Amino acid sequence: MEANATTAIGGRSTLERSSASRLPDQVLQWGLTVLATLILGLIAYFFIRLIGESTKALNSFGLSFIFGNDWDISRSIYHGAPLVVGTLITSAIALLIGVPVAVATALYITELCPRRARPVLGMLVDLLAAVPSVVYGLWGVFVLGPKLVPAERWFANTFSFIPFIGGGGSGITAPNYFIAGLILAIMILPIVSAISREVLATVPAENKEAALALGATRWEMIRMSVLPYARPGITGGAMLGLGRAIGETIAVVLVIGNAPTIGHHLFNQGYSLAAVIANEFNEAANQPLHSSALFAAGLVLFVLTLIVNIIARWFVRRGTRGMRAPEADSDGAVGTGFTAAAPTS
Amino acid sequence: MIPPETTSKEPKQMSAAEEQSQEREAAPDLSAMGERRQGHGVKVRGLHAYYGSVHAVKGVDIDFPANEVTAIIGPSGCGKSTMVRCINRMHEEIPGARSEGHVTLDEIDVYGAGVDVTAVRRMIGMVFQKPNPFPTMSIFDNVAAGLRLTGTKSDNLRERVHRALRAVGLWGEVKNRLNSPGIGLSGGQQQRLCIARAVAVEPEVILMDEPASALDPIATLKVEELIDELKNRYTIVIVTHNMQQAARVAKSTVFMLDGELVEHAETTKLFTNPSDERTERYVTGKFG
Amino acid sequence: MSTVSGATPLTQISPGRKRKDRIMRGSLMAGTGIALVPLILVIYYLIYKGVSSWSASGFFTTDPTGSFFGNPGGIRSAIFGTLEIVALASLISIPIGIAVALYLTEYGKDGRFANLVRYFVDVMTGVPSVVFGLFIYITLVISHAGGSGFAGWKGSLALSLLMLPIVIRSAEVVLLLVPSSLREAALALGAPRWRIVWRVVLPTARSGLVTGSLLAVARGMGETAPLLFTVSLATAFTGNINGLMNSLPLQIYTDITNPRDVIVARAWGAALTLVALVLILNVTARLISRRSSMT
Repeated sequence: MEANATTAIGGRSTLERSSASRLPDQVLQWGLTVLATLILGLIAYFFIRLIGESTKALNSFGLSFIFGNDWDISRSIYHGAPLVVGTLITSAIALLIGVPVAVATALYITELCPRRARPVLGMLVDLLAAVPSVVYGLWGVFVLGPKLVPAERWFANTFSFIPFIGGGGSGITAPNYFIAGLILAIMILPIVSAISREVLATVPAENKEAALALGATRWEMIRMSVLPYARPGITGGAMLGLGRAIGETIAVVLVIGNAPTIGHHLFNQGYSLAAVIANEFNEAANQPLHSSALFAAGLVLFVLTLIVNIIARWFVRRGTRGMRAPEADSDGAVGTGFTAAAPTS
Repeated sequence: MIPPETTSKEPKQMSAAEEQSQEREAAPDLSAMGERRQGHGVKVRGLHAYYGSVHAVKGVDIDFPANEVTAIIGPSGCGKSTMVRCINRMHEEIPGARSEGHVTLDEIDVYGAGVDVTAVRRMIGMVFQKPNPFPTMSIFDNVAAGLRLTGTKSDNLRERVHRALRAVGLWGEVKNRLNSPGIGLSGGQQQRLCIARAVAVEPEVILMDEPASALDPIATLKVEELIDELKNRYTIVIVTHNMQQAARVAKSTVFMLDGELVEHAETTKLFTNPSDERTERYVTGKFG
Repeated sequence: MSTVSGATPLTQISPGRKRKDRIMRGSLMAGTGIALVPLILVIYYLIYKGVSSWSASGFFTTDPTGSFFGNPGGIRSAIFGTLEIVALASLISIPIGIAVALYLTEYGKDGRFANLVRYFVDVMTGVPSVVFGLFIYITLVISHAGGSGFAGWKGSLALSLLMLPIVIRSAEVVLLLVPSSLREAALALGAPRWRIVWRVVLPTARSGLVTGSLLAVARGMGETAPLLFTVSLATAFTGNINGLMNSLPLQIYTDITNPRDVIVARAWGAALTLVALVLILNVTARLISRRSSMT
């Protein structure tokens, strides 16, 4: 028999692979697909179980669970408005303080600072995310909280005519909404900054050039050609920060005061959805209704963060539409990996 | 102008006045900018430019006469774009880039001490190779962008934006959609929009870095037509790799090679009877 | 407005614009400085208040005594507990995470299912860690799965849920960086896919995968809430991962609210230890990625 190009020793065409060598490939593909499916399924399963555990409380209290203002363990009443309001207040403070500072760092690092300083500054801001939340809590309880009390009292007295911000005066103590919001601001800063930096990097250089060539100062160039372009992406980053702030548990439970009421001013003690779970967990261990109420708080928290995150990612996707392929940036850090590694509790 | 038909079978046919007005709107009309003005020339002396340690422009002396179009030609990498960017000090925006030498506009050295670089760029405008209207701004806002920087008030602003659009011959095409996004225009229209944006701030000099190389032939022709009009008011420097274009629009042409100025002559002479052997080789296509 | 001739105002632009430029640029720089102040303060106080605990005798070699009076003990069991729990969590999440990332880059690519997985992984990164703790609590702790209520391995599971999306995302980014020309060359030589993955893709991406994994581990190490609901806290030094264990974050959390000053001091020392561990991981990760990108 003539040998031809496709006939190999053993009579089998070299073009055919033996089924034995194909098997690992198929197993691998099949196995990995199953794995990916399992993970999706797992999350769905957990979600369903969480709903299951929450139904007791939700059925007992209905909408009052979210809108009613009466969280009283002794009477077994769990109307969670103090939790929701506290979450909203602290998150709002976190956004108001954290986002402008984060965007400022992003703008400074990408547009203004000397090239060589960029990776160092970026890394330092990112390091804020490496600090565990319990350490922020420790620092907040023993350092930041007490040190800010005099300033807070002065502030509340000076602006006592403004509703919500003023008032409280000398009754103000270290745990309060403001400190919780401030610590949250510090904690969301790295993620908002990192995303803003990624977004700012996608602004086309040609538009920045056009602004400069028209005789714009550096700031005018930023205002004219950078910020409008980056706005959707930065908004997305801010929303991701919001999601983070909403879900933060340990730092908040240590500095918010855990008072199950709606505080009337900025420096009041308060509560949050995440804090209540950590705080009352042990106490509720053998109380079915209480436990269910805590699970329901967890459920509300979960759904809230899901919604915020989905909206946020939509914004970020819009904002990085011109993105170059994911690549290591100048300090060698792989962008999304570092962004993701920010603690949520 | 096509003479009107007095008896028309189709009622949609335009009257002479309408047709005239449409054609006028489509043609660049610099008279819209006001009375004729004298431009100012630019003198480049001893210009060196570096990218880090790379010596891209090696001692160039050129006079760009007022109200004339001067073309800069040369093979890729010869330093023509770099040299032009030194005129409005855009070169120094590149990290690691620097330049030495003097560029005088109207007796003032733009590199002089105490000279504000943003004021320089106001006086020396630039049009880029790829049209770059601001993507988040409308047509109106694009043209107004430079004017807003100096706090031009709104009535004055609107008038000057309209004038600039008329001057570049875009008015007819966009007058009804001034608020639509600038990037919604075609490539050629976008480039004319960028020229309108540059013209609106009333510079003395307009630098053009291969302004038509990204455009189709018809759009290119429109831009060249516009350049011909613009020279009446401004001093134009145009970098081009297209020798025919230089021959069409420029009164004099500079040939650069390897960062050096090889020859600067009246355009026809440079192309038909160049003095330098290297110029001759380039324009006859023997290299580059 | 036309000029016939005359001096061009080359030297000045409006002082208002200049001032505004300077003010805004100053503000942006100030903002960056403000952002770094907390970092400096936290590290300063950690060292200031924690180092003295470090030098206390037996800090690293004794366990917390849990007694109300007398010697509070050290943090040995906390350190080892954290190491055990996080090691197990890493063992679970890192291989699985890389595997899922491999699926996404090598097989799923841009398909609908793959994009669905990516989307959910993205969303998972935003889930608060409390929720993961609650998940495991509901499914494994209440039901006393494995014969125990709270257990170290259940904490590991909660942590791995948290670490998984981080590993997947950073691994995917890194795997995508492997030039497709390498894969194509191997395919053209007739290599089966699994071998390409094993011998070409993974080795090339190795340092990036290590970096991403180290960061995920650093993250897992610092988390408190997942452990709160799954491991609880036991001060004894133990290797039994199927029961209560100690861990650094939980030990710190418990000590913060303790009325005794010595115990609060211990919390600072423990916090310094935890941050030191986390920082070492972070810095190592960055060094690895910087070294690899220099070649």
